[in-house]
Amino acid sequence: MARNENSIFYGVDRLTILTYSLLVILGWLNIYAAVYNEEHQNIFDTTQKYGKQLIWIGGAAIIAFSILLIDANFFTAFSYFFYIFFIVANILVIVLGREVKGSKSWYRFGDFGIQPAEFMKFATNLALAKFLSNRNIIVNPQYRLRLKDLIKNYKNTFYAIMFVFLPLLIIKILQDETGLAIVFIAFIIVLYREGLSVNFLIFGLLAAILFVVALVVTNTFALIIALGIISLASFLFINRRLKNLIIVAIVFASACGVVLTTNYVYNHLEPHQKVRIDVLLGRGTVNLKKEGYNVNQAKIAIGSGGFFGKGYLQGTQTKYDFVPEQDTDFIFCTVGEEWGFVGSTAVIFLELFLILRLIFLAERQRSDYSRIYGYGVAAVLFFHLAVNIGMTIGLMPVIGIPLPFFSYGGSSLWSFTILLFIFIKLDANRLLILR
Amino acid sequence: MSNNTQLGNRKLIVGGFFCLIVIIYVCRLFYIQVIDDKYKLDAQNNAFRYMTEYPVRGYIYDRNGKLLVFNEASYDLMIIPKESKGCDTMGLCEVLQITKEDYLRRIKKACQAPNSPRKESVFEKQMSQKTYAALQEKLYRFKGFFVQKRTVRKYPRPIAAHLLGYVGEISKEGAEKNSYYREGDYIGISGIERSYEQDLRGKKGTSIAITDVHNKIIGSYMNGIYDTLAIPGKPLYCSIDMTLQEYGEKLMQGKKGAIVAIEPSTGEILCLISAPAYDPNLLVGGKERSKNFTKLYYDTINLPLFNRALTAMYPPGSIFKLIGALIAQQDGLINRSTVFPCQMGYPPMGGKPKCHAHGGGKSLVGSISASCNSYYSYVFREIVDQKKYPKFVDGYNHWRDMVQSFGPGTHLNTDLPYDKPGNVPSVKYYDKIFGKNAWRSNTIVSLGIGQAELLLVPFQMANVVAGIANRGFYYTPHCIKGIGASRYIDKRFKVKHYFGVQNQTAYTNVIDGMQGALEPGGTAYTNRVKDIVVCGKTGTAQNPHGDDHSVFFAFAPRDNPKIAIACIVENGGFGNTWSAPIATLMIEKYLKGKTDRVDVEKRMFEADLINKNNKKDALKVKHH
Repeated sequence: MARNENSIFYGVDRLTILTYSLLVILGWLNIYAAVYNEEHQNIFDTTQKYGKQLIWIGGAAIIAFSILLIDANFFTAFSYFFYIFFIVANILVIVLGREVKGSKSWYRFGDFGIQPAEFMKFATNLALAKFLSNRNIIVNPQYRLRLKDLIKNYKNTFYAIMFVFLPLLIIKILQDETGLAIVFIAFIIVLYREGLSVNFLIFGLLAAILFVVALVVTNTFALIIALGIISLASFLFINRRLKNLIIVAIVFASACGVVLTTNYVYNHLEPHQKVRIDVLLGRGTVNLKKEGYNVNQAKIAIGSGGFFGKGYLQGTQTKYDFVPEQDTDFIFCTVGEEWGFVGSTAVIFLELFLILRLIFLAERQRSDYSRIYGYGVAAVLFFHLAVNIGMTIGLMPVIGIPLPFFSYGGSSLWSFTILLFIFIKLDANRLLILR
Repeated sequence: MSNNTQLGNRKLIVGGFFCLIVIIYVCRLFYIQVIDDKYKLDAQNNAFRYMTEYPVRGYIYDRNGKLLVFNEASYDLMIIPKESKGCDTMGLCEVLQITKEDYLRRIKKACQAPNSPRKESVFEKQMSQKTYAALQEKLYRFKGFFVQKRTVRKYPRPIAAHLLGYVGEISKEGAEKNSYYREGDYIGISGIERSYEQDLRGKKGTSIAITDVHNKIIGSYMNGIYDTLAIPGKPLYCSIDMTLQEYGEKLMQGKKGAIVAIEPSTGEILCLISAPAYDPNLLVGGKERSKNFTKLYYDTINLPLFNRALTAMYPPGSIFKLIGALIAQQDGLINRSTVFPCQMGYPPMGGKPKCHAHGGGKSLVGSISASCNSYYSYVFREIVDQKKYPKFVDGYNHWRDMVQSFGPGTHLNTDLPYDKPGNVPSVKYYDKIFGKNAWRSNTIVSLGIGQAELLLVPFQMANVVAGIANRGFYYTPHCIKGIGASRYIDKRFKVKHYFGVQNQTAYTNVIDGMQGALEPGGTAYTNRVKDIVVCGKTGTAQNPHGDDHSVFFAFAPRDNPKIAIACIVENGGFGNTWSAPIATLMIEKYLKGKTDRVDVEKRMFEADLINKNNKKDALKVKHH
């Protein structure tokens, strides 16, 4: 690649771009397989999804070049602007957008649609990087007890979390796009890397575990008794000081709060979301013809692939439309069926390789801004990977989010491309300036 | 930076966490893709094509081994819409004689759930031989279409439609309830076809074909070791006599009513006729079937689909007197020499119910032969008001229980579906009409002569006379002599059921009276049969809807009876006018194979009561 400092390819990480390209190509091949049909074999047929995806890929290439052309300072300077711009765009979409499958989250341009929520990811990442690069969220353990210090300590953490939760709430509440909203939780990983107190994570993890336990164990009373016994034991056997008693009491009270609100939260979920949780946890009787259908058919498709798969375009499950959404959220089924364990593992490792590469690149940045942004990219990609594949193999509830670079769809491909190439640009410039 | 060094290990934790999750996923993938076979089997299920082999439905023979029902090949035109693109649409429409709109509508139906564009579904049901022949030549031009062979019922003689019932497509709910059936399968809907569905249908076979990604069949799965052959249905040997059945249907032409004949010594039904009947061949086939069914269904004047033999409830009229005579003798209230007065009617109630001129009061035997109404009004009141039962309702209930022991008011548990029990009114029923304790034996005295609210179906009448022929017991009437090669029948048809009356002298007296009915002075003397001792009883059943029904039941010969028969002709007037000649002709036909009374036979064949009565009704309307 270019040795010339003026070339747009100067300093870019070739390995990342290569991996990215490979994933996009493999993704397109699988979209072709998923919607393959004898009558439309022309790959440029834009009435078919693989034809359209070619247009999206072309667009993504143009976007990628454009980003590499733009001065990296542009992104740092306009971080907050992007954030505010897309916040507004995400609010306005409920007025100006068109309704698709019951939620208004699309701007329509002729045949093509754009989801602003997809672009909120890179905007949030930019803003978060900007915010955290001048501030510190590490908690100084020396002054922990005074309220004033406490506020001082956690103020930045609070703001950082707000940067993340504002888009999450807008997308969830206004647009009702759970899948797109929940992705913002990935930024917790960034906060962790930047010094978020481990207590937050432990507390959050425990709450999540408790939530699942409370869903599985239907006897709430017994559960609270059990929590009480554990709390009492930890007070008696670990540390009998008053301070510990207060902490134990607070933890116990919060745990009870989680347990008691679990059913409330569950009961206030949308019916299809309840069902997805039921399917995952095996609660109640799951009808494989109805609510359990997607996951079961997905598992059948993947499982039937065996070790080496059935061969490209030879998958019967995906061909006969047994698997729903097989070109978008369930694209991994096609991989699993036609390419088998070998192919699906290869795809997962390729995605993981890209993510780890991003962490490696992020860690070598001199500027905090670039590092934080890089972690954001890695975190978002990983979250998509984990949830998307997790749901097809029955380890996660069904949440409609795409597999990065693989799933059909212009908005997601473009948004991942923007997200990734901004970082590639930042990384290319790492030696030139110190931000 | 300090920040960077201080939190240096966190990059490892984050990276490690990512790797851990991925490793868990890869393990899970290894499990479902390589170790666990469950999903592979499920996937095969999706990519296999299970093809049903339809068994041949069992044939039905009559008691002498003559064929009543067989099968004929029929052809369903099937379609896989995905493969039919670009076929010669107009050509197909022409062969099937459908419009382009029909074609498009059917294609659309074949594409929508529960059908699928990639799976086969029926395009045209049960094509005629002619259509099939025409289609077969051109089938290569119609891509995506193929023909599936099935069978439909065929009847060599157009008889016994009500008894045999018909076969039709199972309802959606039916298919959901019973896992054997799928939508579009055939099932016996009425008659023997329904009762013996399990035996007749056989067992479907399946052949499993492997299909490729284009849904083309590559070959049979594992060389067909998992394929099952269709097991043909068992043949049924029906107890009816085809000749007798056909003869009876001919006699009943132009009349409404029913004939049921039973072999007393076995309970086997020899014929079961409901008139007007229809040709069972009308209710097979695709398009024709539904057209014909609609036509029959909406014939509200003749009600041809209505099985009168099992479900039409008639007042029995005078034939019921025999039951009264038997009960009264059993209770010791009358004997052979008991005489009751008759003054052209029942004297204690001013000559009501009325009677006819038969020459004054009769003794028991004469009262039966001459069918005295007064005699049986006395008998009824004797039974109900006997001293043994100080309370009137107990007496009535005693009478009712005894009557029900003869069958009326109960289901006989036969092997034909949808039989009606008839009606012997309960105490509660009369309490409702007249008020509690406000009715006595004189209020309901016409029950004694088989009128009032008393109702029987022809099938029960035949069973009563079969039981009398046996002198006090019957076998549950049934229409099957044997199932399959071993010719077994249900055990319940080998059990004797006893009437409430077991006094043999009582039967002798009653049978003497019945024999007298066909002797000089008897009500059916004009229909006596040469060389055969027929014991019969006429009935003229009043009905509120029009002219009296003509009723007759009989058995013959007197000793070692071979046939018991009940006949009812709606609005036919006196029992002796229509029912007695028809029933005695049937007896002759069955026992002798022919009749000497050719003139009577001809008159019966040609009589058209339906049109006569309809004209009368029309006239009535005019007068109004």
